[in-house]
Amino acid sequence: METPLSWIKAFVPDLKCTDTEFADAMTLSGTKVEGFRRLDKNLEKIVAGKILKIEKHPDADKLIVCQVDVGEKVTQIVTGAPNVKEGDLVPVVLDGGRVAGDHDGGSPENGVKIKAGKLRGVESNGMMCSIEELGSSRDIYPEAPEYGIYILPGDVAPGSDAIEYMGLDDTVFEYEITSNRVDCYSIMGIAREAAATFDLPFVYPKVKETGNDEKASDYISVEVKDKDLCTRYVARVVKDVKIGPSPDWMKKRLRACGIRPINNLVDITNYVMLEYGQPMHAFDYSTIADKKIVVKRAKDGETFTTLDGVERKLDSDVLMICDGQKEVGIAGIMGGENSMITEDVTTVLFEAATFNGTNIRKSARRVGLRTDASGIFEKGLDANNALAAMERACSLVEELGCGVVVGGMVDVYDSLPQPKRIKFEPDRINRYLGTDISKEDMISYLKRVEVEYDSASEELICPTFRQDLVGFADTSEEVARFFGYDRIPVTFPDDPECVGSLPFKLRVEDLARNVVESFGFSQGYCYSFESPAVFDKLRLPLDAPERNAITISNPLGVDFSIMRTLPLNGILTSLSTNFNRKNKDVKLYELGNIYIPESLPLEKLPDERMQLTLGFFGEGDFYSLKGVIEEFLVKAGMTKRPHYDPESGRPYLHPGRQADIVYDNEKIGYMGQIHPLTCKAYDMAKAEVYVAVLDMPKITEKADFDRKYSGIAKFPAVSRDISILVPKEVLEGSIEDMIIQRGGKILESCSLFDIYEGDQILSSHKSMAFNIVFRNKEKTLSDDEVNAAMKKILNGLSSMGIELRS
Amino acid sequence: MIMDNLQSIQEKALKQIEEAGALDALNEVRVAILGKKGELTNVLKGMKDVAAEERPKIGALVNEARDQIEKALEEAKEKMEAAALNDRLKRETIDVTLPAKKNPMGHRHPNTIALEELERIFIGMGYEVVEGPEVEKDYYNFEALNIPEGHPAKDEQDTFYISGDILLRTQTSGTQVHEMEKGRLPIKMISPGRVFRADEVDATHSPSFHQVEGLVVDKNISFSDLKGTLVEFARKLFGEDTKVKFRPHHFPFTEPSAEMDVSCFKCKGKGCRFCKGEGWIEILGCGMVHPHVLEMSGIDPKEYTGFAFGVGLERIALLKYEIDDMRLLYENDIRFLNQF
Repeated sequence: METPLSWIKAFVPDLKCTDTEFADAMTLSGTKVEGFRRLDKNLEKIVAGKILKIEKHPDADKLIVCQVDVGEKVTQIVTGAPNVKEGDLVPVVLDGGRVAGDHDGGSPENGVKIKAGKLRGVESNGMMCSIEELGSSRDIYPEAPEYGIYILPGDVAPGSDAIEYMGLDDTVFEYEITSNRVDCYSIMGIAREAAATFDLPFVYPKVKETGNDEKASDYISVEVKDKDLCTRYVARVVKDVKIGPSPDWMKKRLRACGIRPINNLVDITNYVMLEYGQPMHAFDYSTIADKKIVVKRAKDGETFTTLDGVERKLDSDVLMICDGQKEVGIAGIMGGENSMITEDVTTVLFEAATFNGTNIRKSARRVGLRTDASGIFEKGLDANNALAAMERACSLVEELGCGVVVGGMVDVYDSLPQPKRIKFEPDRINRYLGTDISKEDMISYLKRVEVEYDSASEELICPTFRQDLVGFADTSEEVARFFGYDRIPVTFPDDPECVGSLPFKLRVEDLARNVVESFGFSQGYCYSFESPAVFDKLRLPLDAPERNAITISNPLGVDFSIMRTLPLNGILTSLSTNFNRKNKDVKLYELGNIYIPESLPLEKLPDERMQLTLGFFGEGDFYSLKGVIEEFLVKAGMTKRPHYDPESGRPYLHPGRQADIVYDNEKIGYMGQIHPLTCKAYDMAKAEVYVAVLDMPKITEKADFDRKYSGIAKFPAVSRDISILVPKEVLEGSIEDMIIQRGGKILESCSLFDIYEGDQILSSHKSMAFNIVFRNKEKTLSDDEVNAAMKKILNGLSSMGIELRS
Repeated sequence: MIMDNLQSIQEKALKQIEEAGALDALNEVRVAILGKKGELTNVLKGMKDVAAEERPKIGALVNEARDQIEKALEEAKEKMEAAALNDRLKRETIDVTLPAKKNPMGHRHPNTIALEELERIFIGMGYEVVEGPEVEKDYYNFEALNIPEGHPAKDEQDTFYISGDILLRTQTSGTQVHEMEKGRLPIKMISPGRVFRADEVDATHSPSFHQVEGLVVDKNISFSDLKGTLVEFARKLFGEDTKVKFRPHHFPFTEPSAEMDVSCFKCKGKGCRFCKGEGWIEILGCGMVHPHVLEMSGIDPKEYTGFAFGVGLERIALLKYEIDDMRLLYENDIRFLNQF
């Protein structure tokens, strides 16, 4: 929404403030000013000049020498412009002045300074200006020539301020209007806020009663068939239309709002739309069949050509304006080509209606046509405003002499909005705001926005254009806005029983970050949605359960269309980015959800499972990654020995380098090297990538931050080393399992310290060496006890086909 | 005779001690003089040939000689050990300017760093951290927040829909409703989380980003409490000299509503490229929980009031760490992450 300050001042004549003061005050009272621009920025010393005489330049074919009356004197100006004639009034920038635009159509930050000088030897004491040099354009000054000087319209005394004459001594403010303030999508609405903000009187425009002694109802009848979509339809008729230009004051205001003046009739509808926030439409009455307007839903599959000449496809939710035989407009969006105003129009049918905002919004989207009108209608307008706008338009028609307004009107509605009454609770408002504002002050603040106080019923009466005022909280806001948010005190909630805390789940996640970062992994953030092609890159078979992913019905594209069911794509994509940017030794981790549907299509909310995903290439291997996982588990209080099941069968992992991570007989995650084909699919065929994924809900379930001190061993340990020859297929983990199980209570630890495969031993075997430590916490161990335990272990080894090396 | 012998033994011993170059040599001297077969021991052995009345005197002399030799030995040993230690320390001198053996830690994502700062501040003020679902029911994302079907705000937010009444949440505000529905009052919580909107990826937009929602509900919570809380938050996050401005705004689920600006922490409010010359930077939206929202969640708005606020986490991270492109946050280039 944009408004020129001059138009605001038409409603608030006593308003006196700088641009910045206006912007700041409006912003602080709730009408946020996004920015403002002075129309006369970089325009200095520009006056109206009258060209008295034109002569040829003695030394240049394309230049002319003009004698220009600039008020106090006649001065000589040389120009190359082809369009000036003797007697023309033109904007002249005098010596030392400034213009906004340069010759090439650019607009330098500080404008262009103009100095007296010589052009091909002939003195020139200033410059006549084109519309571009005045900082504007032919878009809103269509009468300006494409090349040449802007000729000032009308009659103006030479020497007078041309900027003022053109209405460029103005500032245009741009606002961010919130969706609840439909009334502020109008000059009047903003002006009303300005009056309230500065506590100044608001002056309504003078609207005269209009109409001759004929009856509009003799010209037109209106039938609204779909009253749910059209709550009011006001129609009036103007005959003997004289199309011509609008007066300058109207053109100036339209131009300041960035709207190109066209002719008096079109300008009036645009003017009223800006001023009242009520879009209007004008039909050529002669095209309306059967003197009849019917407002009804379109039929599915119908088409209609709007006045921009485009054929539109309709459906039964689109509301149409029809005459007795055909459609003449899409309600609230755009009129039809078949009934549009042309220069030859003699009688006009004006429409001011109130349509269902949501319907207009949805229709505009489906029809594929969003117009200025639909953009306003879709906010849901006050039906009372339709009549006010119609009366304003007709008053302007008479004022501008652009036709004869036919008496009376056709006004169709079932009921009209009534002023809303809200209980006035000053004490409650003060408690709510934390203020101590007197009742009288509150009433005065509310009165500024035309909310009246009925002392008899102790109720506030809200005008119908303020549809946003419905209850106690809304009246509190009005009081707060004009009391000033900045004057509301600063206090703290009094709530001693509230204690801040981080839930256990987030503490475990925090720990995960700390541990994996201490191992050099950096945190990445990845998207929750991805492409279904990910499943192919991860080599998942067509019947893999992971392929049952939630689909977004309106995704940004197929690449963002499904909710991930496993977290690898994000980390692999990030690793690939790094790999292809030649970053070395990259270690990343992510904490993010996967989304597991119970069934598809989704009926219940999915299971959102936080996953800790680690991935790296470069320095490190399977076992270093295992070390990170185990350190995390220990720090999370999961001190039992995790197991690794190589039969995890994950197609995206190297078949010989993968494992499910099992803790307490439950799978808590998986790890391994990324399958070379998956690596290739991620465009990093040459990288050896390892990943690990931990299912955080399972970790959170098993984690425990409680610790108990168990004492420091007082009695000595007995350490035994064994060197064994193991068939290759026997897993180290199974040997450890056996040793721990057979070692019994006195076994303190068992650790592999050497492994060898090669020439020195049978090729079917590997050599391993373990250090086994025994200790009894209560007493010194005897040799017999240790020997007995070792014997059990050795028996166990031989039952696994393992020999002791000599 | 013995006396002369004693004298020469002592002199010889002291000379040898002085000449000994190493601990080994010193030990040899000890053995040769004081050992079982040592010279001084032999003198003692020869005592039997000495007249009885002379013995105590001779014995005293022998002991004295022994003491002196032992003392000399000890001193020489200490000297040698000190010299050896000095030698060793000299040998062990290293170039302390050689590069460090690095065992670098990983880096935390700027989003998380910002979030942790927010959490610390609010936990310090007594807030509980809670989470809500990212895939959410329409009711919690919209309707229960005063955004009924057909409300323009519903369209403005460019929601991703799944099916039926299930969608990807566009705001963390739904967590407010979940907390209120639990019926445990007072409530004082923040809820960080991921939200989704159908915005194409560019320097300032991402289809998924993060918000931190705040909610306080109790008896007698006022707008002034909201102001106090958020002023304190802004000062803790951006520095004690931060100025704060509240502007009236509109959110369907709060009334009155406000947007909070802070004085630009880069130019201290003078106006710079960072704050687009305004001196102020918009940080968050907030307001008093709309009575209708309380009511829908089963809380009596006549008895209880509350305030709520929502902060865009990426916005804070981008501002605070001067990151100029939102895409960097999701690319995970290690050269970016290493800077945090």
